[in-house]
Amino acid sequence: MAEPLIELRNVTRRFGSVTAIRDMSFAAHAGEVHCLLGDNGAGKSTLIKTLSGVHTPSEGQMYVDGKPVTFASPRQALDAGIATVFQDLSMIPLMSITRNFFLGREPLKGAWITKRIDMKRADAIVYEELGKIGINVRDPQQAVGTLSGGERQCVAIARAVYHGARVLILDEPTSALGVHQASIVLRYVAQARQRGLAVIFITHNIHHAYPIGDVFTMLNRGRSLGTFRKSEITEKEVLDMMAGGREIRELQQELERFSKSGSGAEAVS
Amino acid sequence: MTDALNPAHPPEPKPVSRNLTRLMRRPELGALTGTILVFLAFGLTAGNSGLFSMAGIANFLQVSAQLGILAAAVALLMIGGEFDLSLGSMIGFASVTIGLCVTQFGLSIPVTVAITFVVAIVVGALNGFLVVRTRLPSFIVTLAGLFILRGLTLAVTRTITGRTQIPYITEGHEGSFVVWLFGGKFGGPVFAWLATHGWIAARPDGSPMVQGLSMSILWWVIVTAFATWLLIKTRFGNWVFAVGGDDRAARNVGVPVDRVKILLFIGTALSATLFAVIQVLESGSADTLRGTQKEFQAIIAAVIGGCLLTGGYGSAIGAMFGALIFGTVEMGIFYTGIDTDWFQVFLGSMLLIAVLVNNYVRRKATEAR
Repeated sequence: MAEPLIELRNVTRRFGSVTAIRDMSFAAHAGEVHCLLGDNGAGKSTLIKTLSGVHTPSEGQMYVDGKPVTFASPRQALDAGIATVFQDLSMIPLMSITRNFFLGREPLKGAWITKRIDMKRADAIVYEELGKIGINVRDPQQAVGTLSGGERQCVAIARAVYHGARVLILDEPTSALGVHQASIVLRYVAQARQRGLAVIFITHNIHHAYPIGDVFTMLNRGRSLGTFRKSEITEKEVLDMMAGGREIRELQQELERFSKSGSGAEAVS
Repeated sequence: MTDALNPAHPPEPKPVSRNLTRLMRRPELGALTGTILVFLAFGLTAGNSGLFSMAGIANFLQVSAQLGILAAAVALLMIGGEFDLSLGSMIGFASVTIGLCVTQFGLSIPVTVAITFVVAIVVGALNGFLVVRTRLPSFIVTLAGLFILRGLTLAVTRTITGRTQIPYITEGHEGSFVVWLFGGKFGGPVFAWLATHGWIAARPDGSPMVQGLSMSILWWVIVTAFATWLLIKTRFGNWVFAVGGDDRAARNVGVPVDRVKILLFIGTALSATLFAVIQVLESGSADTLRGTQKEFQAIIAAVIGGCLLTGGYGSAIGAMFGALIFGTVEMGIFYTGIDTDWFQVFLGSMLLIAVLVNNYVRRKATEAR
């Protein structure tokens, strides 16, 4: 198999006496969607923050293109092509779509004192890039706050892709969205995979992850429970392995008992 | 769900209506409306009082201009999400710096002005540095600055001169270019020409009653234009909006948040110093109490101009209108003979109305369409 774009080997990260992730090994390849599944507290966010340069590993080593790297800041990770779309999207609601899209990387024209943002070009790029993913903004100068949740998520991903991301880390991109909006985001994730990006998709929602994922890594209490290709594992097995899988099954059985005994209605009221 | 996601999206709205909605979203719209209302009100009530005579106009423009210089810088800082309450004390501090350098140390006026601006950069940087380092609200940090700077101004001046005022600063320098640049008048020939044709009031000898406009008006226009250019056109302006809107998000995408904030504090300190230089060179004297309460007046002008108290939204043009409303009403009340005590009542009411309007505009600007 080709060399992974980004890889962690035996990484441990501690915060004081708490070990957030332990002996974690993990690799993401170009053109693949790698799903990271786990319940709250499984170490997902620590793993993301390690990959995106917010935290450095306490032990172990990170590799990009097979070369060992240590990022001192998110900016360095960004420059290496590792873009993270955090849950808050890092977008500013009162600013326009264009201003958000190019925030920190504004296209400039003019020299010295007349140096300014090339707003016309920026608007055109935003219009085109968003058109590609099926979002027809009427006015790229409208505030991001006027977009729906799904649209905002897509704009945030489009921004990362446009600015040269090779590894795209998506933190719970669908968790706050309805079914329709989530499907828009998932379709766009598939598009990013087709363009040869390595997508790392963090979620606790197996129904969103399984259709799109190629590879699955299950986390529980800071440890990896293993990495499986889609052909090696069924949706149900993934669910079982996730922390909480057993609890959901128990819950299902309990609910079935309720409805059989006819006491369901009372329990609801 | 908006229909923007719908593949069969509706046709582009007509450019006219699009431009209109863009206009409605501008933060300075409220201040512009307010300015028009104020002029209408005084046009009806103060018609013959002299407010709209050449001398009256020159007066209220000068008052507006001095505040407007401060308001432009304060608008930038507020959009960046911070306050500077030490602004008024900085004016006093800069005033006596000029006074002491000229009268006590015998420095020339150009050198003194240069030194004072350097002092402003240091004070502004210190304010900014304290705010970004301590992560305390700038409200508190600069409130401390308000007292420290004012106290320092009083103590140092009294220790050195034994008084709280420093007169005769420009004596012997009346012809100096720098004195004219900050404290002089412009447009003299135009006024003289108008007077010879009898279009404006003239003295018996044919020279105009109003010899020219205060240079502060020119500085007001320059500072506002520069601030607007920065905000709307440059990368720095984009960062100012981002830093005030959500500094964590801004940091995540690589905006140097701390640097932007420190530069904005330097900006307000520089504007306070420009104000001080103008006042000292116009009047020829410095006073330790110069600039008292200007920090609040500048914030009010910026808020009337559409700046949100929470940051991330506003405009420098709006602040200009805010200052113009301020100056017009202050002078209008004076000319119409209304008890000037009412000015403060008006000011407080304006502030309240402006904040309510701003909140409404912000909601409109971000609601899903």
